[in-house]
Amino acid sequence: MKKKVLAAVLAGAMVLGLSACGGGAAATNEPAPAPAATEEKKEEAAPAATEEKTEEAAPAASGDLIKVGIINNDPNESGYRTANDRDLQATFSAENGYDASFAYSLKNDEQIAAAQKFIQDGVDYLLLSAADTAGWDGVLQDAKDAGIEVILFDRTIDASPDLYAASIVSDMDKEGQTAVDWLASQNLDKYDVIHIQGVMGSAAQKGRSGALDAKVAAEDNWNIVTQQTAEWNAETAQQIVQSVIDSGKEFNVIYAENDDMAKGAVAALDKAGISHGVGKDVIVMGFDCNKWALEELLAQNWNYDGQCNPFQSSYIDDVIKKLEAGETIAEKTIIMDEKGFDATTITQEDVDTYGI
Amino acid sequence: MKENAILQLTGIYKSFPGVKALQNVDFNLCKGEIHALMGENGAGKSTLIKVLTGVYTKDEGEIYLDSHVEPVAIRSPQDAQHFGISTVYQEITLCPNLSVAENIYIGRTDGIYQNWKKMNEGARKMLQSLEIPVEPTTQLGSCSIAVQQMVAIARAVDMDCKVLILDEPTSSLDDQEVQKLFRLMRELKQRGVGIIFVTHFLDQVYEVCDKITVLRDGQLVGEYEIKDLPRVQLVSKMLGKELDDMSDIKSESSAPAELEKADVIFEAKDLCSNAGIKPFDFYIKKGEVNGFTGLLGSGRSECVRAIFGADRVTGGTVKKNGKTIKIQKPIDAMKNGIAYLPEDRKIDGIVGDLSVRENIILALQVMKGFFKPFTKAQANAFADEYIKLLSIKTASADTPIKSLSGGNQQKCIIARWLLTHPEYLILDEPTRGIDVGTKVDIQKLVLKLASEGMSVTFISSETDEMLRTCSRLIVMRDRKVVGELSGDDLTQTKIMSTIAGNEEEKK
Amino acid sequence: MSPEMNKVSKKSDFPGSLLRNQLFIPFAALFILLVFNLIADPSFFKITMSQSNAGNAVLLGPIITILDNGSELAILAIGMTLVTAATGGQDISVGAAIAIAGSTLLRVLCGTNTRPDTLRTTVFAAFLISVLVAMAFGAFNGMLVAIFKIQPMVATLILYTAGRSIAAWINNNELPIISTQASPTFAYYGGYIPGIPIPTPFFIAAACVVVILLVLKFTNLGLYTQAVGINESSSRLNGLNPVFIKWLTFVILGVCVAVAALIKVSRLSSINYSVIAKDIEMDAILAVALGGNALSGGKFNMVASIIGAYVIQMLTTTLYKFQVPSDALPAYKAVVVILLVVFSAPAVREKLERMDIGRSKKTGGVRA
Repeated sequence: MKKKVLAAVLAGAMVLGLSACGGGAAATNEPAPAPAATEEKKEEAAPAATEEKTEEAAPAASGDLIKVGIINNDPNESGYRTANDRDLQATFSAENGYDASFAYSLKNDEQIAAAQKFIQDGVDYLLLSAADTAGWDGVLQDAKDAGIEVILFDRTIDASPDLYAASIVSDMDKEGQTAVDWLASQNLDKYDVIHIQGVMGSAAQKGRSGALDAKVAAEDNWNIVTQQTAEWNAETAQQIVQSVIDSGKEFNVIYAENDDMAKGAVAALDKAGISHGVGKDVIVMGFDCNKWALEELLAQNWNYDGQCNPFQSSYIDDVIKKLEAGETIAEKTIIMDEKGFDATTITQEDVDTYGI
Repeated sequence: MKENAILQLTGIYKSFPGVKALQNVDFNLCKGEIHALMGENGAGKSTLIKVLTGVYTKDEGEIYLDSHVEPVAIRSPQDAQHFGISTVYQEITLCPNLSVAENIYIGRTDGIYQNWKKMNEGARKMLQSLEIPVEPTTQLGSCSIAVQQMVAIARAVDMDCKVLILDEPTSSLDDQEVQKLFRLMRELKQRGVGIIFVTHFLDQVYEVCDKITVLRDGQLVGEYEIKDLPRVQLVSKMLGKELDDMSDIKSESSAPAELEKADVIFEAKDLCSNAGIKPFDFYIKKGEVNGFTGLLGSGRSECVRAIFGADRVTGGTVKKNGKTIKIQKPIDAMKNGIAYLPEDRKIDGIVGDLSVRENIILALQVMKGFFKPFTKAQANAFADEYIKLLSIKTASADTPIKSLSGGNQQKCIIARWLLTHPEYLILDEPTRGIDVGTKVDIQKLVLKLASEGMSVTFISSETDEMLRTCSRLIVMRDRKVVGELSGDDLTQTKIMSTIAGNEEEKK
Repeated sequence: MSPEMNKVSKKSDFPGSLLRNQLFIPFAALFILLVFNLIADPSFFKITMSQSNAGNAVLLGPIITILDNGSELAILAIGMTLVTAATGGQDISVGAAIAIAGSTLLRVLCGTNTRPDTLRTTVFAAFLISVLVAMAFGAFNGMLVAIFKIQPMVATLILYTAGRSIAAWINNNELPIISTQASPTFAYYGGYIPGIPIPTPFFIAAACVVVILLVLKFTNLGLYTQAVGINESSSRLNGLNPVFIKWLTFVILGVCVAVAALIKVSRLSSINYSVIAKDIEMDAILAVALGGNALSGGKFNMVASIIGAYVIQMLTTTLYKFQVPSDALPAYKAVVVILLVVFSAPAVREKLERMDIGRSKKTGGVRA
């Protein structure tokens, strides 16, 4: 008897939790509170896609929507993911001729289960941002056998390119290289860098760390004061920088692998009275181009922010349109345009356009 | 081995550190016999059964079984099952979320293959033959406790058991269910199964059993044919008092004339609780010492727990000085001047890690309220006062109570309740497990408190203690009040015959 | 079954030493860390005066960092100690609850505008609301534990799992930021108040400690929670309501959570639902254990828990100082946990006590 009550309560609580999650997703479903994403689409995607859309609109209107199953990471994971999800939700809408279903998980096995379900449901396209690179061969083969085209976005996987139609990714190595090149162009006499890393082993961490590590190894006047992972966490970054300040070591660059960690680092600097930003003692670098981070650039409190483009949907849309029209995709790996912003040249327009 | 015997235990010894649980115990069980194993708590019944079922290994002695010529060694419950000894406990040990048939056959299939149809068919046939009214496909958890118990028995029977041990099977059954169970037991008896029946209910023993074996303090008292052992004798054998040498001990303090005039202070009518006692009436006068007596499990603790609100009260009224009061929780009783020293000191009494001081002030502190803690000085004064008054042997008031001896722990709990200056003090087994000196101290204390005008209910397994202290005894049997004794009726003999119940009247 | 099993205890001769015993563990850990730092790098104890970018004179140095960053932990340790004492279990949802309380705070202050120019209400009013919300979630946990008798870790697993999603949902997945223009004072709670060189979180933690010590002195909270934690059945028969008391400890922990959330959110004037106060529940539980309190409930020593919290922060800060990767910190804390568990294991304790008795009485082979 007791057990039954317990089970009921647990179930109830789970439902509560789920409905809370569902509520969150529902809220992001509405296009209205996502001005950044919609504007972005209009400006970048619209010109490329509109002509085709008019052709495609006919089948769409007759109720023949393109069925897509989208497997993504949890939108709560980061601001990047939230923007990414919003962008996808806005693009793959009924108005645009799509019947989209979404599945979110940070776990590979749950994602694979979702993929199997989508295959059973008979989607036309399977869009995938895999949590883990391995383990996808089987399910993608199933998709292929079922005549479903797979398009990877944001993350690649370890599987034969035959199994997917296209892969739309950011080039993390390039992001890191762009940032390091920018830093080198500052022509400092000496580079004493606090290097705050993301979760070790993640693609973003590897790419962004790699360029800096190479540069430090190559140049005599570049050295690392501390190199630690803050696991994308602002609080941890703050503590790391705090401990460097407490130990009295000299530094003049903070190279944080995302905006949150840069923010944590800056909080520690502020506390200790160390000036930062354009023309100040310490150069602050972040990644991801959160809107608030770009605003910091605009106010010249930070120096540089590297973009990690979350707006893959226009690229995906493009690929689907081509496939629907019977064209072939020449280059399977499509690398998105990504910028790096300098505080001295950034404009309000950039903030509005690229901020996520 | 005797003719017709199915099981024979001779000279069984078993001891645990500090306790000789079984000493030279013999036990015989015949084919087609229902044999009651009787004794108060701690007499060694459970130990004997555990030796028999392989849970414990005996220190000495031999077990002969049925056709085996040599004594058998039962080293584990699996061994016991292999030898055809099955046990059904009070707590159901089956799987409630499996079906009845699955429960009967679980763990006994060859390999992983299972013919469901055949299994259900077999189960149905067997259940029918035992007249157990249940479908094999029913989920066990949805059956009544009685049916579950019968299914457990059916499982045992199907495993070809020769000896069936029923350990307190009737405790959670109602009268009708008990009758069903008895019918099943008689059916098995017809089939030649030997049944060992452990119970606290005397009526049931006389209804269904053929023989009785009585244990006391780990020793065999004797084996008797049911017709040769009247109830009174049985009770006296269990308690260890021969009828002849029971001299009447008069209460020192009883001044019947004065008590007669005293006012009734607490009065209960049709009181019952969720602990399974039948509704009872009760009263106590100012300055009176009364007691509940009866065998263990007869419901004496449950009665006082109902008065104190320790169990959930499900009916009846309580009056104090003629006015109805509401007692739902212990705090209600405490606020009405009732104090209760529980039966199990370790589980319900002491708060082990807290100091002697904190244990003593606890009840009064709770009554005083959350926002009014005693100062350290006040608390110390209280503790010191009662440590001295009751001569509690402790290194200091700061010592954790768990490091005191049992008797001194008990004194602390008494101190705790005396500190609340109750009008009515309930002492449930205050002398159990404590040394003789402290026992006498406590008895004296009870009489002194009564002479100062406190009403006391005193419960003890030791009848002479109760005779020495109580001026009125309420006798319980099978969770019912069956009699009340006072004045000249307060004799061991009379108590026992009342506990046993008048056989003539019953028939 | 046991009529004459009077256990005459042979160790009744350590009277008031229990308290000393208990404070011994956290102080010993503190001492070890201090000595280690002193030897490895004496600059650990250096405190300098500086000026923050906001123009305040501030003290800097590892010790100040510990006092600053240990605040949330100390505050949580208060509630966690009470929950542990009364229920014999721990609340593993405090990190998620901080996300909820912090999110509530920002939602009330910012409304739906994620970058407000002015706050919609005072910080104090928003804080009160977040306290109520955190208490409500504490009450939910408490209900599962006290009324439905679910094991605390299992019961709080629900909020642990769902809490951060709830926090994100409260703000529609937006990440509000309170700029200094919107409220120059909001950053004070996690930073400095102008003119005071010591970080504000330290004062908030100190205030919480003073409050709880006063409560323990002037109410029976301590006695009741301990009694319920040691022997629930006995407590009930002494007129206590164990269900209510267990529930109450979770509600009190809810208040602690809201205070910690205020500091956490104020530190960065923002929130990140997935990582705010990440893994803080483990540190809070560790603080209670390091304070020498039995995680199985019963007697507790509040001061020891709070010292335990700062010791853990000192450990964290020390490890950062020596550039131990932050993702390796849990491994070091695990070592501490192992040591604690081993030393509090009954077998080891018995052995130590026997050694102790053996030394003092020179009678080695006395066995009970």
